[in-house]
Amino acid sequence: MHPSLLIFASIFYVAILFLVAYWAERRAKKGKSLVNNPYIYALSLAVYCTAWTYYGNVGRAATSGWGFLPIFLGPTIIAPLWMIVLKKIIIISKSQRINSIADFISSRYGKSIWLGVLATLISVFGIIPYISIQLKAIASTFDILISHSSHFNNFSHGPIYQDTALYIAIALVVFTVLFGTRHLDANERHEGLVAAIAFESVFKLVAFLTAGIFITFILHNGVGDIFEKASDLPIMEKLYDLEASGINGGTWFFLMVLSMMAIMFLPRQFHVSVVENTNSDFLKKASWLFPLYLFLINLFVLPIALSGLIQYPEGLVNPDTFVLSIPLDAGKDYLALFVALGGFSAATSMVIMAVIALSIMISNNLVLPLLIRSQTITNPYVFDVSKRLLGIRRVSIILVVLLAYGYFKSVGQGYTLVSIGLISFTAVAQFAPVILGGIFWKRGTKAGAFIGLSLGFLIWAFTLPLPTLAETGVIDDSFITNGIFGISILKPYALFGLEGFDHISHAVLWSLSLNFFGYYFGSLFSRQDPVEITQADYFVNVYKYRVSSQDFEVLRKKARISDLRNLTNRFLGEKRLETLFAVFEEKHGLKISELNIAPPELVNYIETNLAGSIGAASAKVIINSIAKEDPISLEEMFRVLEQTQEVIKYSKQLELKSAELEATTLQLKIANHKLKELDQLKAEFITTVTHELRTPITSIKSLGKILQTNPDLSETKKGEYLEIIVTESERLSRLVNQVLDLEKIQASDKDADGFEDIPFSELVRRSFLNLKQLMTDRNIRPGCRIMDAGMIIRGNYDQLTQVVVNLISNAIKFCPPVEGIIEVTLAVEGDNCVLKVSDNGVGIPPDQQEKIFEKFTQVSNQELGKPAGSGLGLFITKRIIENHKGSIEVSSRVNFGTTFKIILPLLKKESISFGEA
Amino acid sequence: MENRKGKTILIVDDEPNIVVAVEFLMEKEGYNIRKCYDGQSALASINEVVPDLILLDVMMPGMDGFEVAKKIRENQDWENLKIIFLTAKGTREDKMKGYANGGEIYLTKPFDNDNLVIAVNEAIEFG
Repeated sequence: MHPSLLIFASIFYVAILFLVAYWAERRAKKGKSLVNNPYIYALSLAVYCTAWTYYGNVGRAATSGWGFLPIFLGPTIIAPLWMIVLKKIIIISKSQRINSIADFISSRYGKSIWLGVLATLISVFGIIPYISIQLKAIASTFDILISHSSHFNNFSHGPIYQDTALYIAIALVVFTVLFGTRHLDANERHEGLVAAIAFESVFKLVAFLTAGIFITFILHNGVGDIFEKASDLPIMEKLYDLEASGINGGTWFFLMVLSMMAIMFLPRQFHVSVVENTNSDFLKKASWLFPLYLFLINLFVLPIALSGLIQYPEGLVNPDTFVLSIPLDAGKDYLALFVALGGFSAATSMVIMAVIALSIMISNNLVLPLLIRSQTITNPYVFDVSKRLLGIRRVSIILVVLLAYGYFKSVGQGYTLVSIGLISFTAVAQFAPVILGGIFWKRGTKAGAFIGLSLGFLIWAFTLPLPTLAETGVIDDSFITNGIFGISILKPYALFGLEGFDHISHAVLWSLSLNFFGYYFGSLFSRQDPVEITQADYFVNVYKYRVSSQDFEVLRKKARISDLRNLTNRFLGEKRLETLFAVFEEKHGLKISELNIAPPELVNYIETNLAGSIGAASAKVIINSIAKEDPISLEEMFRVLEQTQEVIKYSKQLELKSAELEATTLQLKIANHKLKELDQLKAEFITTVTHELRTPITSIKSLGKILQTNPDLSETKKGEYLEIIVTESERLSRLVNQVLDLEKIQASDKDADGFEDIPFSELVRRSFLNLKQLMTDRNIRPGCRIMDAGMIIRGNYDQLTQVVVNLISNAIKFCPPVEGIIEVTLAVEGDNCVLKVSDNGVGIPPDQQEKIFEKFTQVSNQELGKPAGSGLGLFITKRIIENHKGSIEVSSRVNFGTTFKIILPLLKKESISFGEA
Repeated sequence: MENRKGKTILIVDDEPNIVVAVEFLMEKEGYNIRKCYDGQSALASINEVVPDLILLDVMMPGMDGFEVAKKIRENQDWENLKIIFLTAKGTREDKMKGYANGGEIYLTKPFDNDNLVIAVNEAIEFG
């Protein structure tokens, strides 16, 4: 293939990328964002699939069978958890204007500059090899196309101006600078870039599927055909027997863990999934769309690998290039070119995103803090920051790509795509403890994070990149077999004597566990400063802060308006300054120009926005250079935090409470209604009682006066009147007693105190005997039949006596003057005892039978006048019976008599003794 | 004093002991006395002999005093019959009800003997 065709095609492809990016930015400016939907978001996540996926997967499959899978199973397994982990990270990052993974770690641990520097260094050292293998992939595939040689390693021996990789590196720098550093955005979002990345994701998938379909269905007759032809190859054994492939459960486990971390914590993944995210709800769709993408792009890996092994049994062709070599050798040059562009897109998308992410970290977390420390940046006459920041970014981009190119030249060529990729994965996995700990564990401290990260980073460097440098001859390799300084337990592939693991598993095991323990114990044994405490609380409880829509600010920083204005102007430019101030004025309803000293709200607001451009740690330092912080003690800090927590808790409870209140209101209404009824009853009660009191008083008073003023009254009259007076007086005192009794019973409603085991039969018999004489006096024939002598009930002796006496007295009252009969019977019915008191008196009309148990109701007896009584007797009786969990009823026929029936529960002594039988 | 002679007073009360006292006071003033212990029999008694004045209790079993007064006022033949309520019900509402139902005088129990006598005499003489 002629080089010019390849160059033309590449330029054409890049031009399309430019167009897509440009178009997306235009749309974004018009407010019709292209990337603001879950599908583009999911596609942008597919930046995960690099040249490693595109070429390296086939190579891995050709050598180890299923070994390519765990790197994709990991992200697929963890995708459902994104809604928990990634969503929280996104929400924190949005509200704190965090724009890189180093910034995230630095912000969480007290906006620490040194943590930011460390995280940046880990990222740079970890990712540069990864970028370099992308350059390698592009360069080698282009060389293959041009030379039509299937030998992978014979390129780039010419002079440097003929070096394909160098030109590719330069082209990538140009593209990245153009779309990655066009302006300093507050949220560091690049819609054009994201659109281009999404486009590349589609392109690489289509290209790979095309190659797969061509190889599987045109060169061969489908998957079954390929497997049949390959049945004699040694690789088949590995496919059917995982143990034979040298991949054991442990390796798979570590690779899956690595990829789970990588999908979230690779700087470029963090950038597309968190920083470029426009809506955290997109995660819902992305968590199944992205695994689907992974599934599709892995569909033809095994058929292509087998097909390559069938075609090149001598092993002369690097399996990493099968996907390209097979179409070339089949004479399909244009298909090969298309496939190569697919690989190109996979590599470029990774490089662009990774470089952007790294350049943000380098400028915000490495260069700026250093400049700030050297004081140059705070001097307005020396340093115009808003312009220089972009310059720093651009230089960073060039630097990163150059470093990657250098690595590629010196080390990268000796290793497969996959092995170098995994080294990078292991590096970023070091972020896992401090980030996951940071968002779920409030106790994690700056010191702990620093110890953990440093340990992990050191172990990583010692066990993975260092040996690769030695093996490629950059440094002496004797330490690999003998241990560093000749100490045998410090062998990079067998640290502390641990053997039997492959290099990656070994490195992951040691670096992550020491990292974790360093972080954990370092945190337990160190204290947090006030900034750390607020940040830790915010990160861990971000949802609560959002629920209560509380302003997140505890530190009271004040600054002169003029200082603040100058500073903002220098870092963000005149235009952003005016917008920010205007928004603040709008929100808080005050005029900034009228102020002399900026309130803490404004200072915090500017700091947060500044953090969006230059990182939290730098923003903190810069703001602190002009702001006076009200001294705040740790105790005060805790108090404020507690209050915040209280407010949050309170606002949550409020919602609950208002529901409760509604229910309570209803209950209150009901209660109020009852109270009103009670009030009514009470009023009626008082009226009735006074009426009942007045009646005897009337006779007493009137007759007393008559006796007083008529001394000449006959003795009979005198006697008659005096007797009435005595009777009525008795009635009066009875009434008073009964009112008192009523009060007593109502009070005793509350507890069953005074209850005892009562021999009820005995009680009834005694009461009856007491009244027997009275009955005989009134010509009444008394009868008493007690069917069961041993009845025991639980109750108040006096009250029950009162009931029985009252019922018999009533019967006496209502008995006819001659031939009266009273019958008292007591019997057991089931678990109850039943007492009946019958008379043959006038009876109670049916319409009054219900009323007799109410207060002050008496059955009228027109002929005889009323029998003496207050009307309270039956009411009290009923209350007492109910108090004893019993019931009372009446049955009566006018002129035939009345029967009162009391049912009281028996104490179940018998039932216990019967239980054995 | 003259025109008290031969005047008849009907005492209606369900409390026999109160009737005893009132009866004594009225007899002493020289009135003829009739007695009833509930509303229904009071109306029957009036139907038999129309008294000049009725001393009417309110709270009685069966028909209460207000109802009795209402019935009396519904009958044209009895329009000269004076009604004095003599009752333990003493609220303002009760009094209003009493007047509304055609009572001339409303006295509450326990009453003062002299006041009762004066009220009855005045009603008979000047009513």
